[in-house]
Amino acid sequence: MNVRGKAKLLAALGVAACAIAPLRAADIPLDQRKSGYDMMSPDTRAMQDDDTANPATFSVLDGAALWERKDGAAQKSCADCHGDGETAMKGVAARYPAFDTKRNRAVDLAARVNICRTDHQKASPFPAEDKDLVALAAYIGRQSRGMPISPPENMQAVIAQGREIYERRQGQLNLSCAQCHDDNWGRKLAGSVVPQAHPTGYPLYRLEWQAVGSLQRRLRNCMIGIRAAAYDPGSPESIALEAFLMWRARGMKVETPAVRP
Amino acid sequence: MARVLINVPPKVRRGEPFQVKTLINHVMEPGFRPGPDGKTIPRDIITSMTCKYNGEEVFRADLYPATAANPFITFFTIATESGKLEFAWTGDNGFAETATAAITVE
Repeated sequence: MNVRGKAKLLAALGVAACAIAPLRAADIPLDQRKSGYDMMSPDTRAMQDDDTANPATFSVLDGAALWERKDGAAQKSCADCHGDGETAMKGVAARYPAFDTKRNRAVDLAARVNICRTDHQKASPFPAEDKDLVALAAYIGRQSRGMPISPPENMQAVIAQGREIYERRQGQLNLSCAQCHDDNWGRKLAGSVVPQAHPTGYPLYRLEWQAVGSLQRRLRNCMIGIRAAAYDPGSPESIALEAFLMWRARGMKVETPAVRP
Repeated sequence: MARVLINVPPKVRRGEPFQVKTLINHVMEPGFRPGPDGKTIPRDIITSMTCKYNGEEVFRADLYPATAANPFITFFTIATESGKLEFAWTGDNGFAETATAAITVE
């Protein structure tokens, strides 16, 4: 076979290899990861940078007041057990979702707050996405600002389940999370930049919501966007997805409470 | 429960302009949106904001239903004397909120 023939054969093999190669998106290399902060406008960044311009500060202040409020049949506040929130909660949000060995399941920060409420305060749990629950999560998350996201070692199985959901095509549009956030980040979707989906700043103030909301609320928005049935708040699937996204953002800095468009 | 965040430089030089930044916690419900029951949610907005510098009005703004929640209003004024900036917001349903900030002029 002459050189030209070899080149033709190689080209044909290349085409065949492309056709049978798995369509799975490649992970973003660790040093190419970008927070949503890096992709937003200077005005929105300025809002996040200045606590007195960031409307999520009100939520953090609410959370600080709730931390001290006695509640439930036990008439205990968070501070009665944990002490000063600013020291006791330092770095906590950076390791959530975490594995609860007693209950043998993964819990996110909101679920942990509600477990504390029912078990120790003898109070009724907050409903999902309740203003007070988001405020407490924002206050707790604020204490980890600037610290690297560090998922616990014993979360591997949950993270693997989350990855499976992240890479699965679903909904009427038949899209996976990875198709937008791994393959097409940085490009535009209806005029907005597609971010890499690193949950570095939750709970955060989203200008579209004109309110502070959790990561699960954000995931719900994406699921509705691809015309898929959204997972129930606090369901194992949504916590697995949350755990995978936090693992994917491991080492990036916590920005809570962030501002996003 | 409304709350306010004010950001002014603690010290400014006489005769120089300085920036005043104000953020107030308010839903700014425009009055055109249907609620979960299909009925229109009644309007609930801040309609006016003023700032007095040592008793003299230096800034005034009228707000309308298109303003987003948690209005963030900033403006510049010129440092004359050390003293007090007094802010007042008024709105629908008898909404009234005030705040003060101290300023030192060198």
